[in-house]
Amino acid sequence: MRVALFVTCVNDAVYPSTGIATVRLLERLGVEVDFPEAQTCCGQPQFNTGYRAQTEPLVRRTAAVFEGYEYVVTPSGSCAAMVRQHYPKIGDASAASLASRTYELTEFLVDVLQVTDVGAYFPHTVTYHPSCHGLRMLGLGDRPRRLLEAVDGLELRELPGADECCGFGGTFALKNSDVSTAMGQDKVNNAVSTGADVLCGADNSCLMHIGGVLRREEAPLRALHLADILASTREEPLV
Amino acid sequence: MSGTFVGMPSFPRAAKEAVHNKTLRDNLRHATHTIRDKRAKAVAELADWAELREAGKQIKDHTLRHLDRYLVQLETRVTEAGGTVHWAADADEANRIVADLVKATGESEVVKVKSMATQEIGLNEALEAEGIAAYETDLAELIVQLGDDRPSHILVPAIHRNRGEIRDIFREKMASWGRAAPHGLSDTPADLAEAARLHLREKFLRAKVGISGANFMVAETGTLVVFESEGNGRMCLTLPETLISVVGIEKVVPTWRDLEVFLQTLPRSSTAERMNPYTSTWTGTTDGDGPRTFHLVLLDNGRTDTLADEVGRQALRCIRCSACLNVCPVYERAGGHAYGSVYPGPIGAILSPQLRGTQSEIDASLPYASSLCGACYEVCPVAIDIPEVLVHLRERVADQGGKGHRLEKAAMKAAGWVLDHPGVLGTGERVASRTRKLHPSKLPGAGAWTRSRELPEMPAEPFRDWWKKNRKPKTDGKKP
Ligand code: SF4
Repeated sequence: MRVALFVTCVNDAVYPSTGIATVRLLERLGVEVDFPEAQTCCGQPQFNTGYRAQTEPLVRRTAAVFEGYEYVVTPSGSCAAMVRQHYPKIGDASAASLASRTYELTEFLVDVLQVTDVGAYFPHTVTYHPSCHGLRMLGLGDRPRRLLEAVDGLELRELPGADECCGFGGTFALKNSDVSTAMGQDKVNNAVSTGADVLCGADNSCLMHIGGVLRREEAPLRALHLADILASTREEPLV
Repeated sequence: MSGTFVGMPSFPRAAKEAVHNKTLRDNLRHATHTIRDKRAKAVAELADWAELREAGKQIKDHTLRHLDRYLVQLETRVTEAGGTVHWAADADEANRIVADLVKATGESEVVKVKSMATQEIGLNEALEAEGIAAYETDLAELIVQLGDDRPSHILVPAIHRNRGEIRDIFREKMASWGRAAPHGLSDTPADLAEAARLHLREKFLRAKVGISGANFMVAETGTLVVFESEGNGRMCLTLPETLISVVGIEKVVPTWRDLEVFLQTLPRSSTAERMNPYTSTWTGTTDGDGPRTFHLVLLDNGRTDTLADEVGRQALRCIRCSACLNVCPVYERAGGHAYGSVYPGPIGAILSPQLRGTQSEIDASLPYASSLCGACYEVCPVAIDIPEVLVHLRERVADQGGKGHRLEKAAMKAAGWVLDHPGVLGTGERVASRTRKLHPSKLPGAGAWTRSRELPEMPAEPFRDWWKKNRKPKTDGKKP
């Protein structure tokens, strides 16, 4: 099977490790991964801030870049939600077609490849934050948890108030910085209360915000993307 | 206290104060979490919740599509039943109609049952200017009024107050408005309720004019409906000689049959009760029973403009249950006052800028008062896609230009150009990566981020470079 990786602009520029982990993970599972280099950004930041006109060219570009791929996989619930929910409204038929072929990583693993045990090894205590877009717009349900529970050595801890927004919200984090930070601090306090070593999520933009608060508050855990954990094996463990 | 809170600062500034007020934050968190959990249980009891939600949405949409027809039908039925219907295009007109009606009775005081419409138009202040005292009789409204405060929640306007604060307000203020608080009043709920009951009873028995709102108006019979928990509304609706109801035009439903849906969804969504304790209905006047004169003031005040907006009109489906406030993480931290309107929380963020326009600073800031987490949409019993309307209104605000948006638009355009040129994007990423050691940990201009959060460290190379080095030769780069 061959898939196109939609790495997303944030992962490309700031969190390349997540893209690399996704490639390794998929290849380990026998999937051939392609990275169409003309891809840039799905347009969500522009769209959600009220700049629809600036979004349209990006929608066209993204739809053209991924034309013809049966499966487009992305390690970002938020970008997957943008493509799936908004592309049909903003773009033409090819944008709508991309929407139907785009999968968030955990959906692709669980629904298409039909695996929950991906052969990962990660001997840490982990608590999982389901980002709003993955939770509500994509309806990922327990897919990420099932994947995590099957990881060798991993102990999953329940996150209190898990379904509450972390406060990132794109430009919300800047425009309403005080409220955003208050939400992030509550998320971090809840994560600390679990005693876990790692706060895991499937959206690096949320993790950038939560991780930023974690490090400012010097909280005793780190933020990690789900793909990084799933890519970790006994042979090549993530430290 | 003004219904429109003119002069409120924009949302981020108002919210900042609330975020750093610990008592307020604790009060809000406790109250919203309690009711949010109860609501979830009450809703989970109904196996057909999804169908009820869809039915409520469709009834409201149908009614809004044929609003003119149903309003005319309502007017005819109310008139036939002995009532008088008045049409008010805006707040000033509505206030003038009500003030004239009260003056015609020769009275100088009125009792009111919770009506957001009258708060929206600032009726109490307008009456006061005419020498008429308006007494709020809903317990929470009473607390707000005595405290010379503003409501901060749709259902629990005094949600921002705790019991100790309420006792102090009663002790200090009741005497100047009517019957004083009992000596040595404690802060137990029973004592506070009893103090309010005694204070209000005196007013109910004396008042000759009552003013109300309504949750629904039934077009087929000209009937108005109020859902409430305390029974104070029923006193207001039945004891006075004259009753004046001020209701937004979107509150009409075609038939009694339609109410069956909202009788299930409204109480569960708002108070988490299976059924509200008091449901009062009234149709015109009845000889020897209830008010002898009945007036209905139908309020537009921006509603037909809202109706004209394809995306935004869904806000008019709102049945003011307040479920969206109770789950909103932004409301929980910012409190109701930050929204600068009688309609706070997620619904306020989409309703106020539509009813009032997006010209003022506060109204332009409201569409951004959300992280778009979608919790509000999930709980809304009439399925208003609040995030969709927020983004739609952001477009309107961004188009309008205004403070900050010209710069933002230029930045979006520049970013758009880069993002349309992957080669340039790659170069930019490489430059950022290679100079990462030079980046100060607190970037100038990124203050809004770095005041409270660390910036992520820039990686050694962007993903696209790793791909080129490590994978590219393995694939032909061609599409399948
Ligand atoms: S928008 Fe929906 S959830 Fe919010 S108050 Fe209105 S009906 Fe209730």
